[in-house]
Amino acid sequence: MWDPRVEEMPPEELKRLQYRLLKTLVYRLYSFSNFYHERMRAAGVHPDDVKTLDDIAKLPFMYKSDLRDNYPDRIFTASQDELVRYHVSSGTTGKPTVVGYTANDLEAWTTSLARSLTACGLGRGDVMQVSYGYGLFTGGLGLHYGAERIGATVLPIGTGNTERQIELMQDLHVTAIACTPSYLVHLGETAERMGVSIKNDTNLRVGILGAEPWSERMRNQLQDSLGIRVFDIYGTSELSGPMFTECTEQQGIHIWGDIAYPEIIDPETGEPLQPGEKGELVMTVLKKEALPMIRYRIGDVTMLDDSVCACGRTSPRIMRIQGRVDDMLIVRGINVFPSQVEHTLMGIPEVLGSAFQIEVDRRGALDSMLVRVEMSRDAFSDKITDLMRVKAKVTHDLRNSLNVAADVELVAPGTLPRFEGKAKRVIDRRVY
Amino acid sequence: MAEKKYIIKQISIFSENKPGRLAAIAHALEEAGINILAFSIAEANGFGVVRALVNKPDGAYETLTKLGFMVSFTDVIAVAMRDEPGGLFEIARILGEAGINIEYSYAYSGKEGAVLILRVDKVEEGIRKVLDAGGKLLGAELFG
Repeated sequence: MWDPRVEEMPPEELKRLQYRLLKTLVYRLYSFSNFYHERMRAAGVHPDDVKTLDDIAKLPFMYKSDLRDNYPDRIFTASQDELVRYHVSSGTTGKPTVVGYTANDLEAWTTSLARSLTACGLGRGDVMQVSYGYGLFTGGLGLHYGAERIGATVLPIGTGNTERQIELMQDLHVTAIACTPSYLVHLGETAERMGVSIKNDTNLRVGILGAEPWSERMRNQLQDSLGIRVFDIYGTSELSGPMFTECTEQQGIHIWGDIAYPEIIDPETGEPLQPGEKGELVMTVLKKEALPMIRYRIGDVTMLDDSVCACGRTSPRIMRIQGRVDDMLIVRGINVFPSQVEHTLMGIPEVLGSAFQIEVDRRGALDSMLVRVEMSRDAFSDKITDLMRVKAKVTHDLRNSLNVAADVELVAPGTLPRFEGKAKRVIDRRVY
Repeated sequence: MAEKKYIIKQISIFSENKPGRLAAIAHALEEAGINILAFSIAEANGFGVVRALVNKPDGAYETLTKLGFMVSFTDVIAVAMRDEPGGLFEIARILGEAGINIEYSYAYSGKEGAVLILRVDKVEEGIRKVLDAGGKLLGAELFG
């Protein structure tokens, strides 16, 4: 472990530490941040009301729009001469957002990644190819400094030119790569075309994958085909950047307790949910100077596991991100994410998981959900019993993963609409 | 093998249970100049399978696939049936006694008399048993 004192801290002691850090943060913001001071006053909360760690639930949320509305730096709590770096998000969903970092902010970020990369089994002697974008995006520089900190040798190659990436991977005996999961798939395919087997012709043994959603199925495929172990990494620029990864147990992402405090809430009511319940991730960064984030609603959906990990680390873990809150549907009181439907359908070879449509309607007082899915041509049998079996399997698997029953309609391949950009898969006909 | 010439290529088309689907299939075949010799619809909750014997199975497959239909070929046999009481019983008995299962079947009464189209679990064995028992099978050449 990189920092066993914190990583193995007994849960009760960790909670006391988190409470102290939270208390300090709230007082500091109430005193020095106009923005958060106003937020707290509007919510009728005073720092003195935070008497236990659970009292964090009394504090108002922060949203992505708060950063956009205060572009570029109006909610920073450090002056420009205290900043040592800016990162800027791409702004595909609106105005860009700017994140500023003090030297201590960068230090906390690097420390977090040093612990995480160590937990993935990396260290001195490893060579890490950082194939995330460098520049305004946080991925490249984040991983770069994290890997240097643990004594690994960094190959700061950035994105693109895949053939050269593969050549250097071989020549410099690269043992780890940090990139998006889809880029690793592409790299594997390109290597194959070049006649290079990642498994046999390179020293690659670890992949640190993030910045886009992926699945357990993809993990298994990548691990089998490339002969390496791949780990999920999580973060967003508002939290500094990619910060947290799984450990070698691959049972959730460790959120270092002295750095951040994760909560899971019901996205509708804002009420806290219990570990194991799926909901919206809310993050509080306990030590951040330039751009403090309290109860920040990132919009990602996951679950929390606060049990001690088999690796011995005590910090709570978040499970793989299952979707975005914006896409969430509520059907008969149950939260349903199109990504869950997609994931389930992907696991059924007789149907095309990439092509489906969800239709929600109301019959009397009850919501009804219909999932239309295209059959795979290979699976078409002219026997009705075979088709009924496929339909029953889809119905059963959806029921299991969504916890709510859906009607299933099998349709011919190519009949459902295809989407160029963001898929519009949900038709909600309910009238309230 | 002698049995081969009795194996007929039936086309099966997946269809959503919606008005106009059959018309779309039939129209496409008409445009392609393909004649339907026998046909049936099997329906389940929400979808159906149209099964047909046509004079040009490969042409039908190509035409319908191009239009986006999901099409497959299935091996069936066509047995000439006496068009009188007991005709069906005769054939069903031969297969039943031989332990051959009929998965589905449909019939038509054409110029040459009544014909029973059968999808059985053991096609070649089925053909042998029918022939051994003195039954008459229609050759595949009649159906493309």
